Amino acid sequence: MTDASHPMGLPSRYERPSALAFLGYAAAILIILWSFAGAGFSIEKVMSSPPRFADFIDRAFPPNLEPQVLARLGWKMLETLQIALAGAVIGIILSVPVALLAARGLIAPTWINQIVRTGLGFIRAVPDIAWALVFVVAVGLGPFAGMLAIAVDTIGFCGRFFADDMEAADKGPSESLTATGARKIDVVACATIPAAMPAFISTSLFATEKAVRSSTILGLVGAGGIGIELKVGFDLFDYPTAMTVILMIAVVVISIEYLSGWARTKIIGEQR
Amino acid sequence: MLATRSLITSSVTDLGVETLVAPARPDKTGAGTSAPVLPVDLRVTDLAKSFSGTPIFKDVSFGLSRGEAVAIVGANGTGKSTLLRCLMGLIPADAGVIDVLGTDVRNASGAQLRSMRAKMGLVSQKHNLVPRLSVLSNVVQGLLGQKPGVRHWSQSLAPAPSRDAAMTALEKVGLAHLASRRADRLSGGQSQRVAIARALVGDPKILIADEPTASLDPAAGEDVMDLFFKLARQEGVTVIFISHNINHALQYGDRVLGLADGGMPLDARAESLSAEKLRGLYD
Repeated sequence: MTDASHPMGLPSRYERPSALAFLGYAAAILIILWSFAGAGFSIEKVMSSPPRFADFIDRAFPPNLEPQVLARLGWKMLETLQIALAGAVIGIILSVPVALLAARGLIAPTWINQIVRTGLGFIRAVPDIAWALVFVVAVGLGPFAGMLAIAVDTIGFCGRFFADDMEAADKGPSESLTATGARKIDVVACATIPAAMPAFISTSLFATEKAVRSSTILGLVGAGGIGIELKVGFDLFDYPTAMTVILMIAVVVISIEYLSGWARTKIIGEQR
Repeated sequence: MLATRSLITSSVTDLGVETLVAPARPDKTGAGTSAPVLPVDLRVTDLAKSFSGTPIFKDVSFGLSRGEAVAIVGANGTGKSTLLRCLMGLIPADAGVIDVLGTDVRNASGAQLRSMRAKMGLVSQKHNLVPRLSVLSNVVQGLLGQKPGVRHWSQSLAPAPSRDAAMTALEKVGLAHLASRRADRLSGGQSQRVAIARALVGDPKILIADEPTASLDPAAGEDVMDLFFKLARQEGVTVIFISHNINHALQYGDRVLGLADGGMPLDARAESLSAEKLRGLYD
C-alpha cells in the first residue's frame, strides 16, 4: 500500500514524541532508577537469596502441628477475626454519616464536603499499623486497640467510596422524590442510599476482607490478634510455629475472600 | 395585576400551522369576560432558559386553568423537559416569572418550594421507582412532601392512614395485588402505573408528566395514558404533559403548546388542530 492510494497520506505507525514529552519520559525513568537505588536494590542479594530462603523453608517445615500449639494459635486466630469483624462493622456504620457529609450535592455544602474528604484522605494516608500504634498508646495493649485501628482504617476506606457511590447513584428516583416536596434528608434516605446500596455492600465486603488481612499483623505492635505469635516465632527462631501461623493466616484470608466473593454475587447478583 | 393574557402568544404560520386563536381564559377575578371563572393554577410569563450560554428558549408565556390538560410538543432539544423542571423549581430559570399555585417559583425559599411541590405530582419518562423497595413503600414515599420524616421512608414504618392512602392509590391503578412486590420485579407498564399512584397519593392539584409512555411499548403506553387521564379527570387535577405522540397530544390535551426555534410559537385548543398540522413543529 503506497501513499499514492491515500491522497491524504497514511499516518505513521508511531508518533514521534515532542521534546517536552521526551523530557517527561526521561525524567520518569530517572526517578524510577533513583527509587531502586534508594531501596537498596541489589542483583547480588537477589541472586544469593534463594539458598537462604531454601534454608528457612527447610527449617520451617514441617510446620508445628502439635495440638496445644494449634489450639493456642486457633484461639488467637479467632480473636483476630473478632477484631476484624467488630472493627469493620463499626467502621462501616460510621462511614455512612461521614460519607453523607463528604458526598457533593447531597446534604452538606461544598466547603464541608472538602473538609470531610481531606479528613478521609488523611485517615487513608496513615497506615493501619500506625493507627494501631496510636491506639495502643491511647487505650493500652490488646485487641481493643486493634479494633479501633481497624474501625478508623475502615472509615477512611468506606467513607470515601460510599460518598463516591452516592454521587454516582441514579438521580431519577431522587428527582422524583424531590418533586413530591420531600426534604433533602428524606430524599437521601429513601432514594440515594437505596440506589447506592449494591455498591455499599460490595465496598463493605471489600472492607471486611481488608480488615481481616490487616488484623493479622496488628499483633506485631501489641494490638491483639495472631500477629504477636508470628513475631514471637521469628524472634525465638521457632520457624515451624511461625510457618504454622503463616499458613493459618493464608487459609483464613483466602477463605474470607472466597466467602466475600460468594456473598457479593449472592446479594448484588440478585439486585439487577 | 394579573391581567388576562391571551393564551395564543404568536403566529404559527411559519411552522405550516395556521394561526389559531383560542378563547381567552379568564384571569383569577374573571374580569372582562362572561365565561365561567376558573382559578389559574399556573402562569408563566416571558420565561427564558439557557445552558452554558446556549439559549434553550425565551419569551415563553402561558397559563393553566384548574382542571385543564395541556400537552407540550416539540422536537428533541427544544426544552420541553427543561421547561417542566423550571416549573417545579428543580432547575433555575434565567428570566421571567413562574407562578405555580400562588408560589413565585423563582424567588421562593426552599421551604416554599417544598410546600408547592407537595401539591404537585410528577411522572417521568422512566418510572424512577426506588428499585429495592416494595411497591407500597414507593407509593408511601409519595407523601414525603406533605409528611416528612422517618415514618414515611417505608411502608412498614408508615402510620395507618398513609398506608391506607397508598393502598387506595394502588387500587386506582389496579396494582393493589402487587403491593408487597419489589419495584424492580415489575414490568415497564406496571412500574409506570406505580409511578402514577405515587404521583396521585398526595391528592395533587397539578400533575406533570414528562413523556410517561416513552419507555413503554405502544399497547402499554396506551393503557398508561388512558389510566393517567381517567384518574386525572376524576380527581379534577390540572395536567401538563409532554408527548412526542401527536395523537396523544390531541386526544388527551385540552390545549397544545408547541416549542420550536427557541420559543413557543404554538398555543392552541386541541380541537382546532390536526395531527398533520402539528407535524409542522417537527420540520
